[in-house]
Amino acid sequence: MSRQGDVRAYWRANLRLVGLCLAVWFLFSFGFGILLVEPLNRIQFGGFKLGFWFAQQGSIYIFLLLVVIYAWAMARLDRRYGVEED
Amino acid sequence: MSLQALTYLVVGASFALYIGIAIWSKAQNTGDFYVAGKGVHPIANGMATAADWMSAASFLSMAGLIAFLGYDGSVYLMGWTGGYVLLALLLAPYLRKFGKYTIPEFIGERYYSNTARIVAVICLIFISFTYVAGQMRGVGIVFSRFLNVDIGTGLTVGMTIVFFYAVLGGMKGITYTQVAQYCVLIFAYTVPAVFISLQVTGIAVPQIAFGSEISGGSTYLLEKLDQVVTDLGFAAYTSGTKSRIDVFCITAALMAGTAGLPHVLVRFFTVPKVRDARASAGWALLFIAILYTTAPAVASMARLNLTQTIQPGPVGAATGNLAYDERPQWFRNWEATGLLRFEDRNGDGRIQYYDDSNDDRRVQFEGYGWKGNELEVDNDIIVLANPEIANLPDWVIALVAAGGIAAALSTAAGLLLVISAAISHDILKGVLMPHISERRELLAGRIAAGVAIVVAGYLGYNPPGFVAQVVAFAFGLAAASLFPVILLGIFSVRMNKEGAIAGMLAGLIFTLGYILTFKGVFFPPLLDNTPDHWLFGISPEGIGFVGMLLNFGVAFSVSRVTAPPPVEVTQLVERIRVPR
Repeated sequence: MSRQGDVRAYWRANLRLVGLCLAVWFLFSFGFGILLVEPLNRIQFGGFKLGFWFAQQGSIYIFLLLVVIYAWAMARLDRRYGVEED
Repeated sequence: MSLQALTYLVVGASFALYIGIAIWSKAQNTGDFYVAGKGVHPIANGMATAADWMSAASFLSMAGLIAFLGYDGSVYLMGWTGGYVLLALLLAPYLRKFGKYTIPEFIGERYYSNTARIVAVICLIFISFTYVAGQMRGVGIVFSRFLNVDIGTGLTVGMTIVFFYAVLGGMKGITYTQVAQYCVLIFAYTVPAVFISLQVTGIAVPQIAFGSEISGGSTYLLEKLDQVVTDLGFAAYTSGTKSRIDVFCITAALMAGTAGLPHVLVRFFTVPKVRDARASAGWALLFIAILYTTAPAVASMARLNLTQTIQPGPVGAATGNLAYDERPQWFRNWEATGLLRFEDRNGDGRIQYYDDSNDDRRVQFEGYGWKGNELEVDNDIIVLANPEIANLPDWVIALVAAGGIAAALSTAAGLLLVISAAISHDILKGVLMPHISERRELLAGRIAAGVAIVVAGYLGYNPPGFVAQVVAFAFGLAAASLFPVILLGIFSVRMNKEGAIAGMLAGLIFTLGYILTFKGVFFPPLLDNTPDHWLFGISPEGIGFVGMLLNFGVAFSVSRVTAPPPVEVTQLVERIRVPR
């Protein structure tokens, strides 16, 4: 494949990954922490109501996980498409 | 040793450390001054970003805010951490690949327009000065409470320290002092949190203690807290009072605002590679998350401690409330600062702390002979007073003072640097004097940093009455102006100069107009700041999100009916999208 074609495919793969990560990001913060907080609060999670836990703790752990996974997955994509820095 | 001497010792030692680092890391050229020579290790940059980001507001005010807001406080927790996901996925790697010195420079080149660059500089300076004023207030509070010096002297000392390392070291000096400041502030935050968790629940990890049973009982902390506060007429801690749409919009505005703050974005220019920029965002979020997951735990325990100190017995019993003459020492200390106020409305010599605006319970409370809430507690004292409320040893209190100062100074320095870079690099070199030599540009940068410090000091000493209100500005404006333009500049090849400028102006004017309507700032507010007057029930704090959507919409529409960007710009966009 040409360099041009590689770069296009790389960008599409990146966009797919970003889209997936942002969907998870939205689900756990805006979804579980805000929009669905009341139904989730009926579930007890240790000493927490589950919705409250997502809003004040869980969402932050998910954010961290997402950023780490993205950095790792992109480093792999960089290598697969031969665009990594030396 | 007395508490005061100990505090002087700990704060003095931290200052000596920062000055030592400044001398060791003096900037040699403009590359060092603006972006630390692009040689910062991702972990070091992660720590520096965390210190840069976590300001006096995060360290001093946030836990206090959450303590009084309960669930509604989640907007700050999610908003100020979730923004890092946007930053790491959508902006940081590409800005690093662009590889220049400032955010307005990116906007100017991507949109082939000095007008766009200048609009960006104006947004940046406004956002940054707003923020600096808040930091200076934090420094003032810590100095006046713990070191017993007047605020002017305290500010002068703080400003001198920042002057030293920002002017001498530039970004390089700031980066390594921020690494040290991160260590000081996170240690100062977690040590008292661990002590308090142990006292309240017998578990050392605050994040776990938060969901545990309180010591010597079989009730969960949060369950107990809900019960204690609702007994006094307040809203239950775990369910808020803000409307769903407002919570949504405030969170979204804070997230996008975080991702659009210039002093945070510029940190990602300082690492050697694109890969490092991605990794560095992960490290930054890890270091930030340590504080941000501890803060809500501290908030809940502080609220419980405070409420039970004031209301040790049953609600309504004649001796259920704390007698004013028996108030503890920390109460007296904070009364002296004016941040804690007691007024004996019913003349019984005891303190009633309850929600006197709760109409459903009015009759019940009046039946106890209560004539209104008698205690005013400023949010800002919760973190600082916590070690005293929990009777922790003196060295912990001294450490918290040093941590608060570290948080304020590190953020102030980062902000001052982006202000000086915008003036010397974007305005002077970029627009007014393109042929200026590097030596003179470096000198101009140093002078601009010096002037900015003096202005910030002045703002700290004479805080404009609207500091609290303008915080909403900083995030709302960043969300509605800088964030969409940078994002579109990377992800839309078709986006052109006309679209970007129109979008920025639309977002800026709409958001500014909405905030001014309700907050006034320079004139009396035009409408009462209550939900019935708000657009779709969205408060001025959350309106930046609507401004952002407006910016996207306007930019998109205008760009479709005007000429596409020139081919060099298309190539620039394609170049920044790949690491190599």
